[in-house]
Amino acid sequence: MSAAVVTPYTVPAGLMDTLQVTVLVLVAAGAAAVVLTRRLVRQVLVLGAYGIMLAVLFLTFQAPDVTLSALTVGAVALPIIVLLAASKTRKKEE
Amino acid sequence: MRPALRRWVFLAGAAGLVAFYLWGLSGLPGFGNYPGPYGPAILRIAVAQTHATGVVSAVNFEYRGFDTVGEEFILFTAAAGTAIVLRMLRGERERPPADEARDRDVPPTSGAVRTVALMFTGPVVVAGWWLASHAQANPSGGFQGGVVLATAFILIYLAGEFLTFRRLSPTAIADAVEAAGAGGFAAIGLAAVCLGLPYLDNFLPLGQIPGAVSSSGTIALISFFVGLEVAAAFILIVSELLEQTLLIRHGGG
Amino acid sequence: MQVFPFIVVAWIAGVGLYGIVTSRNLIHQIVCLIVVQSSTYVLLLGVGYVTGAVAPYYYDVPVRTPAVDPVVQALALTDVVVEAAVTALLLSVAIQAHKRFGTLDPHELAEFKG
Repeated sequence: MSAAVVTPYTVPAGLMDTLQVTVLVLVAAGAAAVVLTRRLVRQVLVLGAYGIMLAVLFLTFQAPDVTLSALTVGAVALPIIVLLAASKTRKKEE
Repeated sequence: MRPALRRWVFLAGAAGLVAFYLWGLSGLPGFGNYPGPYGPAILRIAVAQTHATGVVSAVNFEYRGFDTVGEEFILFTAAAGTAIVLRMLRGERERPPADEARDRDVPPTSGAVRTVALMFTGPVVVAGWWLASHAQANPSGGFQGGVVLATAFILIYLAGEFLTFRRLSPTAIADAVEAAGAGGFAAIGLAAVCLGLPYLDNFLPLGQIPGAVSSSGTIALISFFVGLEVAAAFILIVSELLEQTLLIRHGGG
Repeated sequence: MQVFPFIVVAWIAGVGLYGIVTSRNLIHQIVCLIVVQSSTYVLLLGVGYVTGAVAPYYYDVPVRTPAVDPVVQALALTDVVVEAAVTALLLSVAIQAHKRFGTLDPHELAEFKG
């Protein structure tokens, strides 16, 4: 299964490796940041940034379909519903 | 269980889990050395068999179409479940959103946000529609197109026009569109059964050029229905949560 | 590089589980559950990757080009969208629990019976 065919999209293997390792490290750091943020509104924003980084990771794994899904869901839909739930429960406490 | 004790119990359990995980990892062929016969087998025959150049969508809606029917009904059930769980309980009433700002200073939506949000609503709808109907060619597909379509409606809410959002996407219409999407997908499968073929078989003409809009038979049609259903499900979910946040108040005050 | 993505998967899952176990707020717990679920997407895509291959779309490359595995991509794709809907269901249950009991702390909620 080695790539002997060269397409306009083929990148040198070392470059691709470096890119993937960098984005993996960023995603790991992002996951830790999401968990360690205790205030809800800040956590929602960090969740949005984590979703974008996850989408970039899927792009470097040669999966543009999953990138589109992860981008729209993880950076738009999920933060909105979490934010709405958080604001609903906070309002009752004051 | 006190928090410190809970933390130590968790770390002990996690250590055992990590040990098993690393033991299982040693049997994997390593990142990038994919050995399995399933992937290359599908890649070899997919374009010729379905005339769809987007192999992921072909897998989603044809080779593993039955899985996708199941996933779509998970989405349908989750939207229905949200509507049921967030029903109005005894002792709650719906209030117009103007009353809510009496004791709190709500800043009006800035002009820049309104302009940009309303300006982008049209292009986002077009982008979502394009994504939902081009599953067989590009990295598009019903699922991502549906979510992008739902985002267009959320943009209207973000522009500060909650009442317009509510008027443009009433629950009855969103319910009907969602049911049409889910039912349409199942109906296409049943139509294949009525013709004597297996469920969800690709019975429409496949078209000449792989990757053209009218090619690949039922894949394009199914992807469009899935897009409708996903968009309606997300609009329902967001409007339920918005009603809870902005409209429903406890007590008779 | 042979096993690094899978180590990152274990790290993300572990960090998310730690967040769920030590959280004092139901909604914070639900966001940590989202993180745990995202680790499975990375695992799926990491298993199907082929070094030096392109994405499985033959719109503009010749049909014989080696590509990554499309089946795991199809699984991850539907997973991502469905997860958001299930999260919405969990959040609505949390909202109703808050309305009924007045608190979002899982330790206090565990003491209520029925």
